[in-house]
Amino acid sequence: MPRLNAGQRHTIQFELNGKSVSGETEPRLLLSDFLRGVLGSTGSHVGCEHGVCGACTVRVNGCAVRSCLTLAIQINGEKVETVEGLAGNDTLSPLQRAFRRHHALQCGFCTPGILMSLSELLDTGTDVNEKNIREFLSGHLCRCTGYGNIVRAALEVFAENRSGRAVSDD
Amino acid sequence: MKPPVFDYAFADHLDEVAEFLADEGGEARVLAGGQSLIAMLNMRLVQPTLVVDISRLPDHDFITLKEGVVEIGCTVTQSALQFWPGLAESLPLLKRALPWVGHRQTRNKGTVCGSIAHADPSAELPLCLAALNGKAVLYSSRGERVLAAHELQVGTLETACAPDEMIRALRFPTAETGAGYGFGEVAYRHGDFAIVAVAVVATSECLRIALGGVGEKPEVCEWPLLEDKFLDDALNDLAWKLGTNEDQHATAYYRRSLIRSLGRRVVGEALACLG
Ligand SMILES: Cc1cc2nc3c(=O)[nH]c(=O)nc-3n(C[C@@H](O)[C@H](O)[C@H](O)COP(=O)(O)OP(=O)(O)OC[C@H]3O[C@@H](n4cnc5c(N)ncnc54)[C@H](O)[C@@H]3O)c2cc1C
Ligand code: FES
Ligand code: FES
Repeated sequence: MPRLNAGQRHTIQFELNGKSVSGETEPRLLLSDFLRGVLGSTGSHVGCEHGVCGACTVRVNGCAVRSCLTLAIQINGEKVETVEGLAGNDTLSPLQRAFRRHHALQCGFCTPGILMSLSELLDTGTDVNEKNIREFLSGHLCRCTGYGNIVRAALEVFAENRSGRAVSDD
Repeated sequence: MKPPVFDYAFADHLDEVAEFLADEGGEARVLAGGQSLIAMLNMRLVQPTLVVDISRLPDHDFITLKEGVVEIGCTVTQSALQFWPGLAESLPLLKRALPWVGHRQTRNKGTVCGSIAHADPSAELPLCLAALNGKAVLYSSRGERVLAAHELQVGTLETACAPDEMIRALRFPTAETGAGYGFGEVAYRHGDFAIVAVAVVATSECLRIALGGVGEKPEVCEWPLLEDKFLDDALNDLAWKLGTNEDQHATAYYRRSLIRSLGRRVVGEALACLG
């Protein structure tokens, strides 16, 4: 591949929440800033910009990763999922509904990242339990909830998935 | 907290990487998982003129087991190794250590070779490489050379890998039959870098104990299999010899007490699995 010059913009194209998107980026632009600044997709939040807080977590090819530790240019041709892709047609996803039932968010700053991490766990984990939920959550900082309600919400969704019966929102 | 400007190239072939590194005269950086490099760029701790992305380098996403050695290519992520089906049997020490390396979200991108190249003194994977006396395969336009852990690891964030070289793969010797392995660490938060990390290999003849977080690089020492009553003294001597560094995370006193208590527990864990 040729060398891409620092000061120049280069076109990238990738799949964002199932739709093909494209835009221009300098090599140094972070994926988090590309999503928010170039595409206006502000669901993913930016807290620390060095990988610690987890607010910017998105899924790339199914894996939860930090968008602040990924260059936008690396995403060319890949599949990205963000919190905006969770809800379909005005209906929240089961995980989002469980977060609401259990008060698993207060200010909501950390929530988009946590939802993306837990969605990886729920999609890939055959045995989801409090221990591995807490392991996934160790990659996120939440300054409001104390994590207990987040764990309860995730456990409930996993039980729903296993039994095939949705819990009522009332 | 935004990266400085740099040129970017993503390599399709090992020789392309080697060429970029050689031509840039030490000002280029290899980008693997980016979990340390991009953080350092964001903080402007490094300002390379060129970043050579090897994360999608073809043919290097391999974990192979051959003649008592597990070889791991430079694009293999920490998560991929953690879920490699042969891990528990072939590399029981890494099986124990990998859950401590950052978080799932950083292991999904961070590579095994990248962690060795980054050489953080409290990182778990360099500690395991030292404890098992593994090797790194270095590649450059000058050719290939293989360095043992103690030759590779020279200091804090420093290895013997020259600016025009990259780590192409790592070689870990597989578990010895009947040997016992233990790993433990203390950090402020699960997934943070260790204040002290301990890796132990116990065989019928000796105990090999490796400490991370106490010096500029992993420290390894080997003892004959000690009677239980001598173990505390040996760990105490080790604590006074190595537990001298003091920083914002911990006092030297605290590090010494961790070497004694955590060391004791991890040696116990390794001895318990001794077959
Ligand atoms: C929140 C957080 C917590 C973390 N916690 C831990 C922890 O507890 N323990 C731990 O060990 N690590 C931890 N890390 C760091 C770990 O995730 C990194 O994966 C690892 O240090 C570097 O691997 P990488 O593939 O991401 O390398 P990169 O970040 O891409 O590169 C790191 C350095 O190594 C060089 N490099 C990379 N690959 C090669 C190669 N093949 N040949 C030559 N040079 C190369 C780069 O040029 C760069 O200088 C943490 C990171 C974050 C963000
Ligand atoms: S903003 Fe990416 S982890 Fe904090
Ligand atoms: S809900 Fe406020 S930080 Fe988590």
